[in-house]
Amino acid sequence: MRRRNFVKSGLLLFAPAATVRTGKAATAGKSGSSRVLLARDSSYTKIGAAPDEKAAGEMLGRLIRELTGALDLAGGWRKILGSCRTVGLKPNCLAGAGVSSSPAFVHALCRQLIDSLPSLNKIIIWERSDSDLRRAGFEIVTSGKVLCFGNDRSGFTRDLVLENSIGSLFSRTVAETCDALINLPVFKDHGIVGVSVGLKNYYGAVNNPNKYHLNRGDPYVADLNAIKLIRDKNVLTLCEGCTAQYEGGPPFKPQGSWPAGLLLASTDPVALDRVAWRMIEQKRKEKGLPTLAEVGREPSYILTAGDSAHKLGLADLTRIEEVRLG
Amino acid sequence: MIFSRRDFFCQGLCLASLAVAGRPGKGRAAALWPGDKIPLREALNWESLPGQRVQCKLCPKECKVDDLERGYCGVRENMGGKYYTHVYAAPCAVHTDPIEKKPLFHFLPGTNAFSIATAGCNMDCAFCQNWEISQTRPEQVQAFYMPPNEVAALARRAKAASIAYTYSEPVVFQEYVYDSAVAGRQLGVHSVMVSNGYILEKPLRDLCGVLDAIKIDLKSFREKYYKEVCAAELKPVLESLEIIRSTGLWLEIVYLMVPTLNDSAGEIEDLCAWVVDKLGPEVPVHFTRFHPMYRLNHLPQTPVSLLERALKIARGHGMKYVYLGNVTGHESESTRCPGCNEIVVRRAGYTILENKIKQGKCFSCGHTIAGVWS
Repeated sequence: MRRRNFVKSGLLLFAPAATVRTGKAATAGKSGSSRVLLARDSSYTKIGAAPDEKAAGEMLGRLIRELTGALDLAGGWRKILGSCRTVGLKPNCLAGAGVSSSPAFVHALCRQLIDSLPSLNKIIIWERSDSDLRRAGFEIVTSGKVLCFGNDRSGFTRDLVLENSIGSLFSRTVAETCDALINLPVFKDHGIVGVSVGLKNYYGAVNNPNKYHLNRGDPYVADLNAIKLIRDKNVLTLCEGCTAQYEGGPPFKPQGSWPAGLLLASTDPVALDRVAWRMIEQKRKEKGLPTLAEVGREPSYILTAGDSAHKLGLADLTRIEEVRLG
Repeated sequence: MIFSRRDFFCQGLCLASLAVAGRPGKGRAAALWPGDKIPLREALNWESLPGQRVQCKLCPKECKVDDLERGYCGVRENMGGKYYTHVYAAPCAVHTDPIEKKPLFHFLPGTNAFSIATAGCNMDCAFCQNWEISQTRPEQVQAFYMPPNEVAALARRAKAASIAYTYSEPVVFQEYVYDSAVAGRQLGVHSVMVSNGYILEKPLRDLCGVLDAIKIDLKSFREKYYKEVCAAELKPVLESLEIIRSTGLWLEIVYLMVPTLNDSAGEIEDLCAWVVDKLGPEVPVHFTRFHPMYRLNHLPQTPVSLLERALKIARGHGMKYVYLGNVTGHESESTRCPGCNEIVVRRAGYTILENKIKQGKCFSCGHTIAGVWS
């Protein structure tokens, strides 16, 4: 092959990658630190209640503008998603209505994405199964611009992904369909791994999450998030904490929950989890409960995700800037 | 659901192929399930915990499972504080195999075993041959509705001497094994289980009450290996072996030799000494050859010389029936009389070429050959 031909074909090969480049770097915090943004809806007072879609959309808009420094919302979303054509939204619907991602918030998000990004071809709201989505109040949609379905409908990749402690088949939605992912966890206590926030939410991307709860999910959660399919595609975590849970999770336990009315956002998935963990510990202390470490459930996988082997983000609270929006 | 024999074997062959080449995917399952639903059944062996949690009491993992979550095996789920199994009457692999394939060499040689498996396993062995069904959830594989009485009837119709619970891990479908074994017994069909032996005492004793033979895959004789390669523990498996032996049930052991991981002479020495001491020299042990698979694709096949070294060590410990597996044509595939060293069962692969055992004794010297021969 002549040099000119080689260079030409090389450019062609790299072109598709460039078209789906997203804007992670544009939303990072100061050098050596990460930012986690928190917005609060003070009118949210009832545990387990669905948030107001309009209020959720406004909170989200403020977070995106602040996170990206963009003058307008569309500019903010462009910075986050770049020229992405198909974005996957991963809610957490395990617990059913009460402490799951809310359709109201996800609808508000979809509306912003559609309004802001004309080049966006598809939005896929995906979960482990159709039944999980239905349980949380989502409707299964299989045609149109905004789709909503479980991995049981889309299936899993044929080839096993093997890396560190992980040996799994991946959701085809994640591996083959989406250019970028936005993680939409809730934040809550978890009876085995300590807390379930964003990093653990991607257990829904594989066929065998039951294999990854040993040793409080450590290092499985970190190893899973370090796999290229997740690491490269995940551009943003938006954590719904209207109702948050400090004890009794992962199922919804109103007696272990509080109406936090929060929405958290970060492009650093580890930093966001670390802040949510801190808030859960704080609430446990207020309620006179022992720390998660004292009950043998310290979510050390979050620290592992931030270690030098994984480099998924910052777990050191002193290097995480918490920005509270009024 | 009633199938003609032709329908059944057509379906059975398709399903059996899943054990080797099947891939998760819902579309194919739907055609086989009435109403596209896997029927649930309340599981055995679990306890309630406060806050709608349950604790599984089936295997030594003793998973504490929150509402709407599943245990490590992926087939048992807490629903509102009650524990259910997703795999009762839901095999995803069905086939008729020679009993030698299990392998059980001293149990009705030359007969067939009607073999079934469901999704799920309570270990995660890095070398698993059937990971596509064992390491997945029931809803991700094509399943087949086959209640216990149908298992027994089909086994009988296939002229199988036994039903084998195999391929994945029967411990996780213990309820189905138990009921199928009872149904089989009523029709004169035996039941054998091919298992990792990672099960608590009560459910194991329950199963021993209805089974006729068990083959245990002893993965290693080191805790480290069990922990790092299989996500399990050695000690409970050794306890299971002793329990099985104490019940008088026919028992054979397979030891898959994985190069560099569990093949040291010291480990084989320790294993053989333990077997002879705790189980007796008459329990057959099969040292089998590893082929690169699943997470251990980077390792080579086990050299035959290593297997032969294990054979020599085992015989040196006085073990009477030692075999090499996955080495077709090796002289150690055949059974020799411990009394006179004559070949009493000559095998080639899974085929019995000659069986000279007469009423459980050597044709030549009359020595009793341990096993179930008729």
